[in-house]
Amino acid sequence: MTNVKSFLSRQDLLGLAIIAAVIFVLMPLAMDIFRLNLFGKYLTYAFVAIGLVLCWGRGGILSLGQGVFFGLGGYCMAMYLKLEASTPEATAIQSTPGIPDFMDWNQITALPWFWEPFNSLTFTLIAIFVVPAAFAFIIGAAMFKRRVGGVYFAIITQAIAAILTILIIGQQGYTGGVNGITDLRTLKGWDIRTDEAKYILYYVNGALLIGALVLCQFVLKSKLGRLLVALRDKEDRVRFSGYDVANFKIFVFCLAAVLSAVGGAMFTLQVGFMSPSFVGIVPSIEMVIFCAVGGRLSIFGAVYGTLLVNWAKTTFSETFPELWLFGLGALFIAVVLVFPNGLAGLYRTYLGPYVDRWISKKPPSGGTPAPAATPADYDADPAAKPAE
Amino acid sequence: MFADYTWTELGSIFAMQGFAGLILFSVFVLMALGLAIIFGQMGVINMAHGEFMILGAYVTYLCSNFVQAYIPSLFGIYFFFAMALAFVAAGALGALVEWALIRHLYKRPLDTLLATWGLSLILQQAYRSIFGAREVGVSLPNWLLGSVPLTDIIEIPINGIFVMVLTLVIAIGVYFLLFRSRMGMQTRAVVQNRVMAGAVGINTEKVDRNTFALGCGIAGIAGSAFTMIGSTGPTAGQLYIVDTFLIVVFGGAASLLGTIASSFAISQAQSTMEFFLSGSMAKVLTLLTVVGILMLRPEGLFSLKMRR
Repeated sequence: MTNVKSFLSRQDLLGLAIIAAVIFVLMPLAMDIFRLNLFGKYLTYAFVAIGLVLCWGRGGILSLGQGVFFGLGGYCMAMYLKLEASTPEATAIQSTPGIPDFMDWNQITALPWFWEPFNSLTFTLIAIFVVPAAFAFIIGAAMFKRRVGGVYFAIITQAIAAILTILIIGQQGYTGGVNGITDLRTLKGWDIRTDEAKYILYYVNGALLIGALVLCQFVLKSKLGRLLVALRDKEDRVRFSGYDVANFKIFVFCLAAVLSAVGGAMFTLQVGFMSPSFVGIVPSIEMVIFCAVGGRLSIFGAVYGTLLVNWAKTTFSETFPELWLFGLGALFIAVVLVFPNGLAGLYRTYLGPYVDRWISKKPPSGGTPAPAATPADYDADPAAKPAE
Repeated sequence: MFADYTWTELGSIFAMQGFAGLILFSVFVLMALGLAIIFGQMGVINMAHGEFMILGAYVTYLCSNFVQAYIPSLFGIYFFFAMALAFVAAGALGALVEWALIRHLYKRPLDTLLATWGLSLILQQAYRSIFGAREVGVSLPNWLLGSVPLTDIIEIPINGIFVMVLTLVIAIGVYFLLFRSRMGMQTRAVVQNRVMAGAVGINTEKVDRNTFALGCGIAGIAGSAFTMIGSTGPTAGQLYIVDTFLIVVFGGAASLLGTIASSFAISQAQSTMEFFLSGSMAKVLTLLTVVGILMLRPEGLFSLKMRR
């Protein structure tokens, strides 16, 4: 257990335990399966948000194209499920049986080559990790090696999100167009639409999220995590110390992309469809606000931020659809102007000291008291950051 | 794809599409000029720029309705008042936004992006609440309708010519304002060295506010011109914002000439390809090329050599 202790302080374990308790015990008890499925959908966005904490909050790389990776993961999964749902028997009424229905509607008579490998589940699962990582690597290598960062990187990733959306909508016959890939039924013969399957998928999703949190915590507490913060605050100084800054940036960008893709794949499984409305500019920038509300420096905060914003969105857009956009707009402004460190920052300032004292009052037997959460992570107030 | 057409037909197609591209070019230039001033000179990312443009469009729409209902005798020339009013309205809103929001964020460019995105959501919803979700169009006076036949096949719409002349006038105006006036000199001084500019007695805060208001005001004029060639809806601004940002970055952030050159390249490429491919593929190819070039040459087409 010594290895674990080196990157999970007692505060982190407490945070992890609370999130696990909320996901695995509290929510399944408190909600019916419809609401729980919705909650599971929000949790898939949390993957994107914690990826953004790594890459934006710690690394200073604001990507406005995380929806691209969410979409890539989701589409990979959806392509596999769609092919399984389009057996020749199930699609016998089409003019070409055995291909997805939207292809038939668009007068395509044979399965396109890039759909072929998605007949295999193994390939699909690998693709969910490899495709977004490779894509992120190309973007990251092209940009960071030439020392493009900050605002320019944000604008270009945003343009990429726009391009991919237009492409998906335009190539209706190959991608399902604006409706996306719908009517997904089974995974290896296992019906994903039943309540039982939804419960199982919810728990799988929760476990993956906890895994992702532990992984991110490990990265943040490692030397790499320290370097990320350093290159966010003074990139040149890190470079002059002999580090190849670009490689660290590429790595963290790829990691965030893979996390988003896992979220996207779980989204497809739980919700049962994937469409370009989760890829474009608007969803991508909304994912940034999930992260910002939770606290751009804290992976636990990002999870809560995602849940809070989505809960508010569902509640308000059901009851006062007009007010919701005003509220979301005001949230963007408030989170930037008033509390730049988000919920986690508020917690750190007002509640954190009490929790720390409470924890250190009763040290568990046979362990040296863990060091308190390093203040260095939090005192980096974005307001004090020098201009880029 | 060229094989199905004869040479004369191809020539006419390129001329017609080239002209359509010129209208797109005018809208791009008007939008990008405002953005280039704000982004290039101040380093502020204004994601609400499209909404400032739409404000200008709605002001023009209101003027058109007002003049038609109360003083129809002036209908022939209402457009000029409307444009001035659009400039003032968008500029005033810009100054207000700068005072309330932007000036707190000059040191955090990425955060201005988020804050102005929030602002754009608020403005969009405000337009939707006030003017309704439907797109609105203005009625043009008679002298702007119709077209000039150039040859048998090629016809040029008059409102297109008007928009282009307007763009030319505005571009020259911006040039003089930035490079030949006292205000422009102060703006450039603040961009180059804020502390030093303050030390020689320039009120840098006031310069910031004026620059931001000027950029927003030009967006208002762009919106006003936009009503002549298309209808206006609450979310129309968002359609152009990514293109416009790419144009500014592609042209080289601090260079007005670069902005104009890149608007020309992008609008012509898109418009010519649109005839042969589908509209969406034309856009995808254009944007991909721009992103590709930016990855190879991040500083854009025209870059200022400046010591930082």
